[in-house]
Amino acid sequence: MLEIKNLNVKLEEEDKQILKGVDLTVEAGKVHAIMGPNGSGKSTLSYVLSGRDGYEVTDGSALLDGDDLLEMEPEERAAAGLFLAFQYPIEIPGVGNMTFLRTAVNAQRKARGEEEMSSTEFLKLIREKAKELKIDTEMLKRPVNVGFSGGEKKRNEILQMAMLAPKMCILDETDSGLDVDAMKLVADGVNALRDAGRGFLVITHYQRLLDHIKPDVVHIMADGRIVKTGGPELALEVETQGYGDLAGEVA
Amino acid sequence: MALPKAKLDATEARLASMTRPEGGAWATAAREAALGRVRDMGLPARRDEYWKFTNPESLVQAEAPLAALFEADEAPIFDEIDRLRIVFVDGVFDADASDDLTGENLSIERLVDAAASDIHWAKDLYGVLETAGQTPVQRPLAALNTAYATDGLVIHATGPVSKPVSLIYQHRSESSDAILHHVVKVEAGASLTLLENGPAAARFNKVMEVDVADTGTFHHVRAQGRDHERRAATHIFARLGTESVFKSFTLTANGVMTRNECVIELTGDDAVAHVAGACLGDGDFHHDDTVFITHDAERCESRQVFKKVLRNGATGVFQGKILVKPGAQKTDGYQISQSLLLDDDSQFLAKPELEIYADDVACSHGSTSGAIDEEALFYLRSRGLPEGIATDLLTLAFLAEAVLEIEDEALQDAIVSRIEGWLARRRG
Repeated sequence: MLEIKNLNVKLEEEDKQILKGVDLTVEAGKVHAIMGPNGSGKSTLSYVLSGRDGYEVTDGSALLDGDDLLEMEPEERAAAGLFLAFQYPIEIPGVGNMTFLRTAVNAQRKARGEEEMSSTEFLKLIREKAKELKIDTEMLKRPVNVGFSGGEKKRNEILQMAMLAPKMCILDETDSGLDVDAMKLVADGVNALRDAGRGFLVITHYQRLLDHIKPDVVHIMADGRIVKTGGPELALEVETQGYGDLAGEVA
Repeated sequence: MALPKAKLDATEARLASMTRPEGGAWATAAREAALGRVRDMGLPARRDEYWKFTNPESLVQAEAPLAALFEADEAPIFDEIDRLRIVFVDGVFDADASDDLTGENLSIERLVDAAASDIHWAKDLYGVLETAGQTPVQRPLAALNTAYATDGLVIHATGPVSKPVSLIYQHRSESSDAILHHVVKVEAGASLTLLENGPAAARFNKVMEVDVADTGTFHHVRAQGRDHERRAATHIFARLGTESVFKSFTLTANGVMTRNECVIELTGDDAVAHVAGACLGDGDFHHDDTVFITHDAERCESRQVFKKVLRNGATGVFQGKILVKPGAQKTDGYQISQSLLLDDDSQFLAKPELEIYADDVACSHGSTSGAIDEEALFYLRSRGLPEGIATDLLTLAFLAEAVLEIEDEALQDAIVSRIEGWLARRRG
C-alpha cells in the first residue's frame, strides 16, 4: 500500500539532511510502528508524506497504491486516501468542527468523483462515530480544537480519521500528552478502524501505545534511517534497553 | 482663525457648485448654521491630521468622479428578509419602487416634507447631533451634508417595530452625486432595525443622526454596494440614553473610496454601543473606518470590532477612539482592528486611541495585521480541503468576530453569504 524507497529529505531553509535513505513498505491490513529517539526523523517522515511545506526531497520515492505521493498537493494526498493524525492538532478559531469535517468529507468525495454526502447522512454518521469515541456533540459545534483538552484534541483526530475513512493512516505520537484512560479510548478508536484494506503507520516514542494498538511490524529509526525491523518483541526490547544499543548496532 | 488659502479655495469651489434646498424656517436655519460650520472649518484636505491615511480630494472636489455602473450577478441582499422597502435612485426617493411608508409604532416622512413644515420634532435632531459630533474632532463633510442634503428620511419609532426598515440605494447614473440625510428617533422602550444596502451613487455623502432614548434599541446592518468605482463618505451620529442599545454593522465589498465615520455619545448610564465592520478589498480599494465613542455616563459598554481582508494592493484604514470622560466610572470599552493581508502589496493603517479621565474603568484595544495562518491552512488541506476553499474558510473565520456582532441570525446569514460569494468569485 505505502512504499517508501530510499527517501532522502533536507530542510528547505537550511542545509540539514533529516532523512537519509528511508526504506519502508506498509501492506494493506497491517499495522507498522516506527519507534525512535527524539530527533531521529520520525515526525519529519510523517510531514513529508502528508505534504507539509518546508522540506525538500533530494532523492527517493513514496508511492501510495502505486501513485507518486510526492508529486501531489496535500489535499490530493488526502483524497488519495492518506491521513495524518497530528502530534499537535491545530486550533482554528472561527471554523466550526462540523462545517470543517463536512467540507472535508465532501471535498474528498468530489475529488474522487463520488457523490457528496447529504447533511442527514453526514449527521447520522458523525453522531455515531462521536459516540464511539465518547465525544460530546456539543464539542462538534465548537471551533476546531479550540478550548479542547489534549485528550479531546487527539480523540478529534481519530474522529476525523473515522469520518474520512482513509486507506493509509499515519499516527504521529498520538499518545503524547494522554493519560492511560485517554490513550485507551484513542487506541480503541484506531483498533475499530483496522481492517484488511487499511494500512497503519504508528509513530511513537514509547512502547506503551503499542500495548493497546498491537503492531504487526516494528521499525526502529535513528539518525534519519530505519536501523532495525522486527516483530512486536522489538518494542519490548526498546522498553527494557532504551534506544542506545539498538541505534548503536548499525552505527 | 483664517483658513489656509488652498483650503479656502477648495471649499468655496465646492460650495459654488451646490444649491441649498428650500425649506421651512427651522430647516433653513439649520442649513444656514451648517453652512457656517463648513466655512469655519473648511473642507478636509490631505494635510489634515484626521485625513492622514485617506486622501479626501475625490470626496471634496466640485465634480463627482464618474463611476461605471456595475451589474451584480447575485440576488440583492436582504431579499429573503420581510422588511419595509424604501428605494432611493441616485439619491432620490422613488415612491413607485417603495412600499407605503407606514408601519405599527412607526412614522416615516421624507426630509423634504418634514423640512417644509413650520414645526417638526426633527428640528431637535437635524444637524444637532452632527454639531455635537464636531467636537473635539471636526467632520466638515457631515456639516456640508446638513447644509445641502436634498433628500432623506425622518424616522420615528414609538414602540417595537416588527419589520426592519430597509433603505435600498440604487446607482443608475455614472455621474450622480448624492447627498442624503436621515434622522432617526427611537423612543423609550421602542426598538427599530434599519437596513441599508447599495452603492447609492457615483459619489455618496450620507449622514444619519440617531437618537436612542432611555431603554430604546436600535440595530443597523448595512451592505455598501459592490460597484468598484463608487465613492462614499458616510457619518453616523448617535446619542444614547440610559439602558439603551445601539448596534451597527457594515459590510463593505469593493468601492474605490469609502470613509465611514461613526460618532457615538453614551449619555445615559448602562447604555450599550457596538460598532462593527467587515471589509473586503481587492485592488483599487481604499476603505477607512473612523470611529469615536465617548463615554459620558456610568457602567456603559462599548465595542468596536473591525476586520479587513485586503489583496492586490488594497488599503484599509482604521482610526478608532474611546474617550472616557471624568465620572464615567465602570466603563467597559473594547476595541479591536485587524487586517488579513492576502499578499505583500496590500496595506493596513491603524490608529487606535484611548483617552481616559475616570479611574475605575476597563478598556482594552488591539490591532494586528497578518497573513493566512500556514499551520491552519496545512491542517485543513491535509484533510482534503483544496487550498482555495481552505483559504476562504480561514478568511471567513477571521471575519467571524465582526459578523457575530449582528444579533439577528437571518441578517447574519445574509451578510455571510455575501462574503462567501465575494470570496468564491476570486477563488478562480
